[in-house]
Amino acid sequence: MLTRDEAEKLIQEVLAAYPPEAAEDRAKHLAVLDGETLEGGCGITANRKSLPGVMTIRGCAYAGSKGVVWGPIKDMIHISHGPVGCGQYSRAGRRNYYVGTTGINAFGTMNFTSDFQEKDIVFGGDKKLAKLLEEANALFPLNKGISVQSECPVGLIGDDIEAVAKKKSADLNKPIVPVRCEGFRGVSQSLGHHIANDTIRDYILDRPKADDGIQAGPYDVAIIGDYNIGGDAWSSRILLEEMGLQVVAQWSGDGTLAELERTPKVRLNLVHCYRSMNYISRHMETKYGIPWLEYNFFGPSRIADSLRRIAARFDDRIKAGAEAVIAKYQPMADAITNRFRPRLEGKRVMLYVGGLRPRHVIGAYEDLGMEVVGTGYEFGHNDDYDRTQVDLKNTTLIYDDASGYELERFVERVRPDLIGSGIKEKYVFQKMGIPFRQMHSWDYSGPYHGYDGYAIFARDMDMTINNPCWKMMTPPWRQPNAA
Amino acid sequence: MAIRQCAIYGKGGIGKSTTTQNLVAALAEAQQKVMIVGCDPKADSTRLILHAKAQNTIMQLASEAGSVEDLELSDVLKAGYGGIRCVESGGPEPGVGCAGRGVITAINFLEEEGAYEEDLDFVFYDVLGDVVCGGFAMPIRENKAQEIYIVVSGEMMAMYAANNIAKGIVKYANSGKVRLAGLICNSRNTDREADLIEALAERLGTQMIHFVPRHNVVQRAEIRRMTVIEYDPTSPQADEYRQLASKIVNNKKMVIPTPLTMDELEALLMEFGILDEEDTSIIGRTAAEEKTIPIVQAVA
Repeated sequence: MLTRDEAEKLIQEVLAAYPPEAAEDRAKHLAVLDGETLEGGCGITANRKSLPGVMTIRGCAYAGSKGVVWGPIKDMIHISHGPVGCGQYSRAGRRNYYVGTTGINAFGTMNFTSDFQEKDIVFGGDKKLAKLLEEANALFPLNKGISVQSECPVGLIGDDIEAVAKKKSADLNKPIVPVRCEGFRGVSQSLGHHIANDTIRDYILDRPKADDGIQAGPYDVAIIGDYNIGGDAWSSRILLEEMGLQVVAQWSGDGTLAELERTPKVRLNLVHCYRSMNYISRHMETKYGIPWLEYNFFGPSRIADSLRRIAARFDDRIKAGAEAVIAKYQPMADAITNRFRPRLEGKRVMLYVGGLRPRHVIGAYEDLGMEVVGTGYEFGHNDDYDRTQVDLKNTTLIYDDASGYELERFVERVRPDLIGSGIKEKYVFQKMGIPFRQMHSWDYSGPYHGYDGYAIFARDMDMTINNPCWKMMTPPWRQPNAA
Repeated sequence: MAIRQCAIYGKGGIGKSTTTQNLVAALAEAQQKVMIVGCDPKADSTRLILHAKAQNTIMQLASEAGSVEDLELSDVLKAGYGGIRCVESGGPEPGVGCAGRGVITAINFLEEEGAYEEDLDFVFYDVLGDVVCGGFAMPIRENKAQEIYIVVSGEMMAMYAANNIAKGIVKYANSGKVRLAGLICNSRNTDREADLIEALAERLGTQMIHFVPRHNVVQRAEIRRMTVIEYDPTSPQADEYRQLASKIVNNKKMVIPTPLTMDELEALLMEFGILDEEDTSIIGRTAAEEKTIPIVQAVA
């Protein structure tokens, strides 16, 4: 475990490898925090353009809109408007589980694209888009609406996709949402989340529609910012429903257009991924007076805390419901903790992920007796780092938009027992002999949310860290001389 | 002899297409083998040669066929007056798509299809007036046109444009073989026009290769969709184009231009009385202010 001085010295050592200008820039993205909440934020600079050459792992605005926010809305068709690659290489690659039948009420496994050719660049793609909208709607008439996810060239050649969407929306009598999420906009996928939120506001919530006749109930809530990775939203909503709340919408994991449309009638918006959906939550607060509450369903401590904070917004019935839920599941959670904590106690973790996870999973590790000694966001903003401070207890390295070099040097020195990051980092660190979990896709496991998720989370961390394979790896220089 | 590839640039409406076609007609008359590549979505760079307003353009045909790979050279290459080969890049209507990409695609197509491997003496690119993006700079990039002629007149904006085009040439000249080969003055009958363009040419490090006087026979030929060379070969104006053609055939003065700064250009224009000395006391003053507040000496 590094002391504060050692950690700060390590950062200086890493920065020394950069040219002066790059070092000056990167210095603002690296920090050491030790649990005390600093006035005026933690001093990290975030949400800035990545430096060329640092091998950032960030995505683009299209990824943020099509991949994250819009993509999981299962009963709408999401068109990748532009050349074929963006849609093809992001097709069905995210583990946002859903219930539905492809082609009937779910369309996410297919790649709808306008497949731009030279002639579409030169003459513009609006006519092709209009035709594509008609054809997609004719082939899959049960779709509830269509979003148009702009790839880079659409912005470069100045196509008027808004006009096409407006006309076709009238022709087809369903929402057609033009999303200006060209990949070159902004510094990361984060702007894509914002743009996507804004289009939900403008083209779904503000769209005049017939009253569906459904009366809003006193316990209606929406889950905002849960993408149902490995079933996360499902293992979350059962807890809310057991405590007496009515979950009328999931944004956007396993979500539908009707759920989006119904959300402005809920009593409380429950925000899990603040980063990607705070925008629409703030909008609904301003326009419809719906309060929003951030919660954390990783690990029993934070789950119980969250359930009580949610219940505090409702009447005694819900408060009693929350206590009943906690009482029901706590023994199960304790059994899991008792089983795995002795095998994981004192293990140190470094994280480097996106969205909410660099802070939200800290509590779950702590429930297992583990300690997070380094964490960072790919595309966080300052308010994410401010929210992270309160979750940190000991000296922790903080890295924003970390470069491959920085991560490797930090890991070499800190030698954590586990790294949680993404597929691009996985094999680098495994080859360094360090157990690794993908914390974007849950390494094809999950769910990790809720009490059910905690059981899987604890098992996964144990089987990764205590996997016998790590003892069997002998590097060549440690092999006994055969001669 | 290697093909000489020339590009004609200049301010919009200056008479690039008319001058190019008359020049090319004169070259053809002198037994030179020439191709015109129109790099303008309006596709009007070859109509005086072909007697037709717009032929099948590369991008239009490619759009109909699916892609440029589906086209043959013979689909887009048409022979006109004097055996001049004509091709138009074509492109979108104003306000949609990317015309610059159309030029890039069209020129790449011509190269891949071997349009330049034929028995040619000259290729002329007639490029849309305002070089608004990289696509319209395509003809002056590496391995395309190596001689640039700028059509200019004694009007202020035409000279601004010429100077800006010279700046563009410098950018590519340093990494390639493109050179400024001269200014063609297409007269607008402004005062001391020839002197002014001579002076501008000198400052740019180049030459005024020819002064083409204004004559209404050009107009008369145009409404018949003909060049002067074809319509009235005995007219003095036809001889002017023949002189221009002959000077270009023999031109050896290829330079990396030395563009003027804005101040230098304005000074030159003032010298010739085209631009008045700037009155700094009136900057930022509304009509109402000028009425109510008398001009104060201190402003200057």
